[in-house]
Amino acid sequence: MSARHRRRLVALAIAVGIATASCGGAHSIVNPKGSEADRVAGVWWLMFGLAAAVYVVVAGCILYAATRGRRRRGPSRLHDNWFIWIGGVIVPFLILVVLAVVTVDATSALRTSSPGEVRIDVVGKLWWWEVRYPGHGVVTANEIHIPRGTPINVHLTSDNVIHSFWVPQLAGKMDTIPGQPNNLEFTADKVGRYAGRCAEFCGLQHAHMGFEVIVETPADYGRWLARRERVPLEPASEEAASGQLVFQREACAGCHTIGGTDAQGTVGPDLTDVGSRRLLGAGAIENTPQNMRAWIRDAGAIKPGVQMPSFQSLPDRDVAALAAYLESLK
Amino acid sequence: MAVTEQPTPEVAEELEERWEDAPGIPGFFNTVDHKRIGMRYIYTAFLFFFASGALALVMRVQLAQPNAGVLSPETYNEFFTMHGTAMIFLFNTPVLAGFGNYLIPLMLGSRDMAFPRLNAFSYWIFLLSGLFLLSSFVVGHPPNGGWFAYTPLTSKPYSSGINIDFWGLGVIFVGISTTVGAVNFIVSIFKLRAPGMTLNRMPIFVWSMLVFSFMVIFAVPSITVAAALLELDRLFGTAFYSVVGGGSVLIYQHLFWFWGHPEVYILFIPATGMVSMIIPVFSRHRLAGYVWVATALVTVAFISFGVWVHHMFATGIPALALSFFSAASLIITLPSGVQFFAWIATMWKGVVHFSTAMLFALGFLLIFLLGGITGVMVAVLPFDWQVTDSYFVVAHFHYVLNGAVVFPIFGALYYWLPKMTGRMLDERLGKISFWTMFIGFNVAFFPMHILGFLGMPRRIYTYDSGLGWDTLNLLISVASFVFAAGTLLTLYNFVRSRFRGARAPADPWHADSLEWTTTSPPPEYNFAAIPIVNGRHPLWDDPPSSVEVADGQPSTRALGVVGALEKDMPVTEGLDARPQDVLGIPEPTYLPFIAAVGIALLFVGLLVEAAIIGVVGVLIGMAAVVHWLWRTSENLR
Repeated sequence: MSARHRRRLVALAIAVGIATASCGGAHSIVNPKGSEADRVAGVWWLMFGLAAAVYVVVAGCILYAATRGRRRRGPSRLHDNWFIWIGGVIVPFLILVVLAVVTVDATSALRTSSPGEVRIDVVGKLWWWEVRYPGHGVVTANEIHIPRGTPINVHLTSDNVIHSFWVPQLAGKMDTIPGQPNNLEFTADKVGRYAGRCAEFCGLQHAHMGFEVIVETPADYGRWLARRERVPLEPASEEAASGQLVFQREACAGCHTIGGTDAQGTVGPDLTDVGSRRLLGAGAIENTPQNMRAWIRDAGAIKPGVQMPSFQSLPDRDVAALAAYLESLK
Repeated sequence: MAVTEQPTPEVAEELEERWEDAPGIPGFFNTVDHKRIGMRYIYTAFLFFFASGALALVMRVQLAQPNAGVLSPETYNEFFTMHGTAMIFLFNTPVLAGFGNYLIPLMLGSRDMAFPRLNAFSYWIFLLSGLFLLSSFVVGHPPNGGWFAYTPLTSKPYSSGINIDFWGLGVIFVGISTTVGAVNFIVSIFKLRAPGMTLNRMPIFVWSMLVFSFMVIFAVPSITVAAALLELDRLFGTAFYSVVGGGSVLIYQHLFWFWGHPEVYILFIPATGMVSMIIPVFSRHRLAGYVWVATALVTVAFISFGVWVHHMFATGIPALALSFFSAASLIITLPSGVQFFAWIATMWKGVVHFSTAMLFALGFLLIFLLGGITGVMVAVLPFDWQVTDSYFVVAHFHYVLNGAVVFPIFGALYYWLPKMTGRMLDERLGKISFWTMFIGFNVAFFPMHILGFLGMPRRIYTYDSGLGWDTLNLLISVASFVFAAGTLLTLYNFVRSRFRGARAPADPWHADSLEWTTTSPPPEYNFAAIPIVNGRHPLWDDPPSSVEVADGQPSTRALGVVGALEKDMPVTEGLDARPQDVLGIPEPTYLPFIAAVGIALLFVGLLVEAAIIGVVGVLIGMAAVVHWLWRTSENLR
């Protein structure tokens, strides 16, 4: 029996090893790329150390106690009260005091009331994210560009159900709650694309309510913002131009906005820069010309329950033109 | 071990006749015997356990591979909602009530619960509310808003079908059963203890059911209000949770979790009570730190009402307020630590016998240790912001609610089923079942911690490949089937024991508490003569005295065989259990069943919005209750 227990301890150690190794994966909270996530990762490693020690010691006690009688030791002189006092109260209390101090310290550091230098308004929708840059008149969806090294203040609201805004590598979660605006502050340290998701169950397509945070150098971010503030140019190609006509003729413009055109719908995502986005349908599929055509034809087949109607009856030529137009919006 | 006065064969026959339920269907519907009701509770709860476990397996097939198409998003949402709802409301709580119902009168040395008809009523309510919830599958509209049913997702504009009404009305419905049962436990435990069983001699399982019951009474009203306001919003157009109408969506979460967190301990405390019974018996040593453990149970109950906001750390409540709840959530660890070291000390001082029941208790210790540690972690505010609503939390609460509640319940099956059925379970098969479950459990749930770290949120019906989640999810899915196979082995073991199991003696484990003084299975009247308790471990060091039938005093007269013949129970004083009074045990009656059917009709009427059905239900229910109260004195004599 004790040999089996020893094997189990070894297996546990291996499991912990695998756990530790695989936690370093791409989207992991212990692979932080922002100051807030970094702070939490620090808290985690401290807790992990304590937890591993506690588990090994207590599990050791359990296994020793369970097998002790079998090894025919004499009657134990263990003093119940002291054993329970020390193991059940005093030692855990000391550990908890450490954790309480860490909690208060990290909490006050992460929830400062500094306004943040860049404010971004994010609205949780069914099931996508509207992103606004107040003061710049820039509106986009499911992609959030931010400058590196600058405190960001994400102002979170919802006009439907509760969602939760989560970018594991940058910061913890904050809910978007109807009737109660929330703020989340964080600073990103490294340039890159970071996956974010809705973390609060919000109905049929909770699974496909992703977004990306694109961290750029302040200069790149400035260029991006300046480009987005300009009204888009006329369609570049003939096909794109005919696509624009289709967009205005069909129901598209009733739901979507394209800056600088007559399309000013507000039900669906703003498409002014849709051609530049990496993903479609809030992370449902990659943004390729082929996928764009499939999405236009029957978005519900890709993301069941999506509010966008299907356009199966639209001729292939029109769909292709429409896709070309949308892909040209960069 | 003849510790109690034994009736002569003729008297035994007379007792049998006096107590026997009608055979067949009438007896099925009108019995008030706590043992039959307790067994029914357990059978029915396990039916729901296997049903909602099957839902989980289908979900694991869907999640085994990225972008799988086994379940549509709609069906997936229905499955995870019903898996959680059924496991909490229809398995975990009632199965504990079932063990309590069966065992508590036996452990107390009583002939039944304090209110046997109310006991029957609470079972019928449980069964009918369970069927009410499951019937949503039959009509094709199961609840789909998560087991927590957050508004406004569950409000009319976002969930227009009757799916959510099944949930809202169903939890109010089943809450009646839980509450009524809790009242019955409290009165039984305070008033029906055998003479000499002072509070500090009660078995720890009885303590745990007492704490369970008080917690139920304070916690359940909160979810009843939460669900009732939800249904008022949905059925009658009020605006409690409607922001547009001036309501608040967060108030729902406060109401829900004010019940929801204590509920975790409501489930967990009786499970630890079972462990506190099993470990000393198989360690051949009295429980170390009895007073510590009893105090810990009471302490947990109080603190658990002050931690609910830790489910709402990411809702934007100010950090200072959150810090208090964070601190309370850390402190609640201490009573659990006390229990833990009391169990370890017990084993340390004894000689552990590795029976199947004991293996489940040991498995519980190793699993709960991890679940407890991750529980401390999620109490740490900044860390919780990262892991809440991720698979880390799924792992954590399955370690607690599956590992630390289901494992003790399985241990309890191996320990107490011989008492209940009179047949031993097969130990070898039991051990295979344990190891299958233990390995399956850990391989299925441990990797979920890692998935949470890798950013996998809860309640998603599918995921893309390339996120590093594929292998772990496949592993989890395979292991979940291993775990399920382990539970089925115990089911098989049970069925087999009913046909081929060895006959169980009165006390197969050389245990210490009163339920082992009577035969296996116990006679309808439990004890011909009530044992007089002289210590905390009646069967070990302080054998109960035979009853001394006193003269004239009805309360002491009820202790003897005469009391059993007259269907009487002695009532004792709340603290020191001195004989005080007599309580008659009612004859079998259909009234509890009829009252429950009336209430069920009321809920069906509300569900389908047909006033006539509801009114008929109310009338039937009221008629039954009035009749029930009217005839009380007549029934008792």
